[in-house]
Amino acid sequence: MNHWIIAPVILPALLAPFIVLVMRHDLSLQRIFSTAGTAVLAAISLVLLYTAATNPPEVYFLGNWPAPFGIVLVLDRLSAMMIALTAVLALMVQLYAIGTGWDSRGNHFHALFQFQLMGLCGAFLTGDAFNLFVFFEVLLIASYGLMIHGGGANRLKAGVQYVAYNLVGSTLFLFALATIYAVTGTLNMADLAVKVADLPAGDAALLRVGAVLLLLVFAIKGALVPLQFWLPATYSFAPGVVAALFAVMTKVGAYAVIRVFTLIFPPETAATGALFADILMPAAVLTLILGAIGVMGATGMARLVAFAAIGSMGTLFIAVSQFTPQAMTAAFYYLLHSTLATAILFLVVDLVLDRRGDDTLRRPLPPIAQHGLLAALFFGGAIAMAGMPPLSGFLGKLLVLDATRGGDMALIWTAVLATSLITVVGFSRAGSQVFWKAYAIATTQAHPEPKREPLAFAAVFALVLALVALTVMAGPVTDWLAGTSAELFDRSAYINAVLPQVKE
Amino acid sequence: MELLVASAVGLMTACGVYLILRKRTFPVIVGLAMLSYAVNVFIFASGRLAIGLPPIITSDPAGYTDPLTQALVLTAIVISFGMTALIVMMALGAFLETGDDHIGMEEAAPPAKPQEGAE
Repeated sequence: MNHWIIAPVILPALLAPFIVLVMRHDLSLQRIFSTAGTAVLAAISLVLLYTAATNPPEVYFLGNWPAPFGIVLVLDRLSAMMIALTAVLALMVQLYAIGTGWDSRGNHFHALFQFQLMGLCGAFLTGDAFNLFVFFEVLLIASYGLMIHGGGANRLKAGVQYVAYNLVGSTLFLFALATIYAVTGTLNMADLAVKVADLPAGDAALLRVGAVLLLLVFAIKGALVPLQFWLPATYSFAPGVVAALFAVMTKVGAYAVIRVFTLIFPPETAATGALFADILMPAAVLTLILGAIGVMGATGMARLVAFAAIGSMGTLFIAVSQFTPQAMTAAFYYLLHSTLATAILFLVVDLVLDRRGDDTLRRPLPPIAQHGLLAALFFGGAIAMAGMPPLSGFLGKLLVLDATRGGDMALIWTAVLATSLITVVGFSRAGSQVFWKAYAIATTQAHPEPKREPLAFAAVFALVLALVALTVMAGPVTDWLAGTSAELFDRSAYINAVLPQVKE
Repeated sequence: MELLVASAVGLMTACGVYLILRKRTFPVIVGLAMLSYAVNVFIFASGRLAIGLPPIITSDPAGYTDPLTQALVLTAIVISFGMTALIVMMALGAFLETGDDHIGMEEAAPPAKPQEGAE
């Protein structure tokens, strides 16, 4: 048994209370330990990524209890990829938070940050449906704290909405799990996959109810229309750094959909069939359209990026809803891209807000410090997000379009291409309002002094560099991702790893 | 007994759904608490209802009652309790900060003002 599998959960879980208890009054100690912890986490995640790439799925039996009686963690290519993405993004976001001093605007930023990482890594690793619920709650409760970090009336109000929405989501999750448990008598994902495959026909209706409830829960997390209401207010009122970290939170919903609806309820299941693809596809197209309209109509920069994030979830879910290996490869590539692009945009918007003091797009304001540099960064982020060449958004959308030939091609292609155009227009309007029209204002003030925030800019540039690397290395990356989706669709490897006694 | 448990779950869910659709934070929080009670009973019932049986697997022909759902419900209770406490604190904070306890954001208000105040 490879004990490193549990390290991404244990490390932040130990570090966070240590930070709270031992160094609560010393911000620089917190910064050192927390950043070191995240860096170590990133290193471990890269090692795990290498292990997962060269080995079949590996299982960690907690307390050495055999599955399906104990809880298991499963490391396969998909979970390793998600953890690596989370850890790398978290490291950059954390450097940014330190560089801009966001972490000093309230208490316990670093402790909450580590708890958030613990929840995220746990949710990606676990092979047990109820344990997935528990890790969802861990990451949510940390995100509640991070969301209202820094305080302020609007942020608190948006925070209450966010918590209330997610509490309803958690309740639905429990209803779904209890229904599925009542039908199958197990909550271990691999065991569920075996039990669901040969379920008596009489139980199919109840199972379908449970499965659709589960899809609703993941749709809330993934901000799928019509369950996206929490996202715009949450992302636009959360601190910029936190919004950037939350870029990976919606992907938890996408990950859970991918995991559960390829492993437990694949399209060939007799009880459910293509039900989920039929629900997901139209919802994803609507999400994409709503995101584009939101980008067009947004009156603030942060809201603009939030709606762009919703649109990107739409594209991602369109690819996922095909449930074919080729489309899943496209979905993985788009997932990596959209996480990085969303994070970059939120960080750039935060830098602009800090200098501009107002995120409105209704009227231009005088030029800000480092005007040209920030305009260029926003331009790059917007190109990536809208899916224009030469950045990875273009390649991602191309892969999605290529993978959706056939059946619903007319609808999907029209939606993706038309919304890309609307997004481009929305971003150009915002960019010209904020950065170009600024020069049209007659102002008596001298040009503001540049603000020295080298660490923050380095973090943003590192993320941009990651995006460029994703574009340049698109060939090898998609080859590797094709292997990942092949492993995902070969369910027997996962099931045999968790339940060695069951041979299909 | 099935009827009693099922109608209790249904009634509590209905009350909870009605309350979370209210406009003020206090009824919404009570509604969320209601929903979590409903789901706790529901989880408990998902292991089948049995009276007077031990939650331990035995060779006793009378059988046993499912211990797993009891463990699950315990976890769910702890989590929902903690979450309710948290949302109460946040709602109180929002109330004290803004002076009103409506759950909705005032979208119609001039958008620039609150941001300037926060800076």
